[in-house]
Amino acid sequence: MSPLNIEKGSTSHSAYDLRSHMSDEVETHTLAVLVQNEAGVLARVIGLFSGRGYNIESLTVAEVDREGHRSRITIVTSGTPQVIQQIRMQLERMVPVHEVSDLTVEGPFVSRELALIKVVSKGEHRVEALRIAEIFRANVVDSTLESFVFEITGTPEKVDAFCELMRPLGDVRLARTGVAAIARGL
Amino acid sequence: MTRQMTGAKMVIEALKEQGVDTVFGYPGGAVLPIYDEIFQQNEIRHILVRHEQGAVHAAEGYARSTGKPGVVLVTSGPGATNAVTGLVDALMDSIPLVVLTGQVPTFMIGSDAFQEADTVGITRPCTKMNWLVKDTDKLSGTIHEAFHIATEGRPGPVLVDLPKDVQFATGTYTSKPQVKSHYQPRVKGDTAMIEALVEAMEQAERPIFYTGGGVINSGPKASQLLRELVEATGFPITSTLMGLGSYPASGDKWLGMLGMHGLYEANLAMHDCDLMINIGARFDDRITGRIADFSPGSRKAHIDIDPSSINKVIHADFPIIGDVAHVLEDMLRIWKARGRKTQSEALTKWWEQIDQWRAVKCLRYTNSETVIKPQYALERLEALTKGRDRYIATEVGQHQMWAAQFLGFEDPNRWMTSGGLGTMGYGVPASIGVQIAHPEALVINVAGEGSWLMNMQEMGTAVQYRAPVKQFILNNERLGMVRQWQELLHGERYSHSWSEALPDFVKLAEAFGCKGILCTDPADLDDAIMEMLEYDGPVIFDCVVEKHENCFPMIPSGKAHNEMLLGEAETQGVIQEGGAVLV
Ligand SMILES: Cc1cc2nc3c(=O)[nH]c(=O)nc-3n(C[C@H](O)[C@H](O)[C@H](O)COP(=O)(O)OP(=O)(O)OC[C@H]3O[C@@H](n4cnc5c(N)ncnc54)[C@H](O)[C@@H]3O)c2cc1C
Ligand SMILES: Cc1ncc(C[n+]2csc(CCOP(=O)(O)OP(=O)(O)O)c2C)c(N)n1
Repeated sequence: MSPLNIEKGSTSHSAYDLRSHMSDEVETHTLAVLVQNEAGVLARVIGLFSGRGYNIESLTVAEVDREGHRSRITIVTSGTPQVIQQIRMQLERMVPVHEVSDLTVEGPFVSRELALIKVVSKGEHRVEALRIAEIFRANVVDSTLESFVFEITGTPEKVDAFCELMRPLGDVRLARTGVAAIARGL
Repeated sequence: MTRQMTGAKMVIEALKEQGVDTVFGYPGGAVLPIYDEIFQQNEIRHILVRHEQGAVHAAEGYARSTGKPGVVLVTSGPGATNAVTGLVDALMDSIPLVVLTGQVPTFMIGSDAFQEADTVGITRPCTKMNWLVKDTDKLSGTIHEAFHIATEGRPGPVLVDLPKDVQFATGTYTSKPQVKSHYQPRVKGDTAMIEALVEAMEQAERPIFYTGGGVINSGPKASQLLRELVEATGFPITSTLMGLGSYPASGDKWLGMLGMHGLYEANLAMHDCDLMINIGARFDDRITGRIADFSPGSRKAHIDIDPSSINKVIHADFPIIGDVAHVLEDMLRIWKARGRKTQSEALTKWWEQIDQWRAVKCLRYTNSETVIKPQYALERLEALTKGRDRYIATEVGQHQMWAAQFLGFEDPNRWMTSGGLGTMGYGVPASIGVQIAHPEALVINVAGEGSWLMNMQEMGTAVQYRAPVKQFILNNERLGMVRQWQELLHGERYSHSWSEALPDFVKLAEAFGCKGILCTDPADLDDAIMEMLEYDGPVIFDCVVEKHENCFPMIPSGKAHNEMLLGEAETQGVIQEGGAVLV
């Protein structure tokens, strides 16, 4: 039979084949994961992502059903369609996971993020910051002579845009919650 | 009626309620209350191993050969960390295990206490599920849930970490029927999809069944239904390393194992088929080779209980999520109801093609009168043990592949090997676990000397419990599989692939209190094997074999199924032509 014609620099003579994906297009998906709120459950979910090399762009978690001890984890992740499908399947098979929904494919959904932005600036820049905040419907939640803290809620894109406009106006510090998302309608 | 008892007593009660008869373990400070309870009862037998890794592999052997979960008990810290390799091994091969570990008292957790380790943290990615029990009232319920999760759906190892104060404290026992688990995997496949598959089977001209460990996991009924389906349809069948025995090697539809070291006919049939029916196998990279060239002309069905196995590596045209036995039952029923149709003319042609591939006789090797060829040793072992109540364990390496190629398995649960993790050191303890479960059976560990040395301390366990395991070591004085790759792929630079100063295995056997046999001459081999088989006790058989034999066929990693290497003549060509760029 044929000899081993392995190209120079190729890794195919290692123990593993480099896997080809069904489509190479990387997509961003928002997943909502309902889990039993028990010790280590978040570590389990995060460990799945790091252990299998999946991306986490944003992750939020909080208890949503106190009596039933259930928490909802919202994960924004990216990957090829095949990887996204695997992520979903891998999450679903975890024992403490009750339900996984891929909001991105299951229909329209709303996603919101809250950010606190501190802008340290003086003079004209302070006025400009306030003006932009008004346009973005950001609230001032703290103020000193040299600083404001704005609170803004919106899509991650809106938060990004707001921050970008603030940056030239002074020293900007940022705290973001990450995305919480839910399907629209019934 | 509520029953109050200590946590340690609950462990024993819960194990009894689960029908556990054997526990493999090793004591230490953090599990002493449980050991005290073990001492005061006779229903559960405790097997004292020599190393915690051995306990886990022994439990795997027990589990794989009985279909029941294996149970392990070890102490905190080093006891738990020593068990980790076995946990990952069981996770990769879908073996149900319940592992109980001791832990420092709850009030000392996090203080770097003596023999404290974050066991649930360390083993989270190594188990199907794990728990730290902080409350005695929850202990027995957690153990029942642990058995449920280890055995339901895709089986796997689970771990329950038990702090010492929780073992001492008194609490309320929860019995098995009181535990309601939300974990209820789906076992019945989608009927419409099964019907679509049956229709594809009716039209298929070059079909093949590709079966795997999932058939064994599903239980004896799955193997029985598989046999019925194969006989009824007349389709050829191949299996992965993990599925050997689900269809008998003596059956005329059997093509032998497929994959990297699988048979020529099996791999070419996989490559050229038009309908591939995967039953409980996971498209492992030892099977697919280069993904882009994997069976390019076929439609593929995939029956698996774990949804994440489907479309993980290879796209399935007929994805069927369910338990093998359930799905096969439906497949048979539907196929019969639709009139038992197959393309018989096309099938006849397909078989003619397969018979041509078979005629290549890919396992052919050059025998020798002066030195024992490993393949010959296994052929003789097969001939002299055929028809006996026989269980085979292996270590990892060339000998493992030769065992898969040259030994025939007629029934499921007779073959224990570390496939997914490829753990050298698995075979000695696994063979002991099998023998403990089947005291009267013939249990042989086909080993390489390198692997065998990794857990040889367990011979002490075999002697202590009079487990008459036969350790059949194909001693090539090399880490043969590594040496083979170095020869073929790394320009014959044999970097650290042989051991000097190997022990005298016969003396070693005597030191352990068992029997040692040395065989170096092919002419003596039959008598020596008979001596091993007739001896009523553990035997270490040092079978000195050819040092430089390569294991063929071989599909180099990343190559397609039809780019297989056969035999040594071609190896020569490979080294000359490709050697320079293989570095
Ligand atoms: C040195 C070496 C060389 C190797 N070479 C080869 C080789 O040449 N050929 C080969 O085949 N292997 C080889 N292997 C083994 C290989 O690495 C894999 O372990 C093996 O191929 C996997 O077998 P499997 O696909 O049957 O899956 P398993 O690991 O047995 O997985 C079983 C699958 O069935 C599913 N399942 C479990 N229970 C059920 C159920 N009740 N119903 C339905 N589905 C179920 C699981 O979800 C899983 O997807 C080699 C290993 C070593 C160490
Ligand atoms: C614990 C562990 N370490 C390393 C390896 C890599 N490895 C795979 S096969 C092999 C050589 C096995 O040698 P031996 O047991 O003598 O068997 P042979 O191949 O010679 O039959 C090695 C080192 C492994 N599989 N497991």
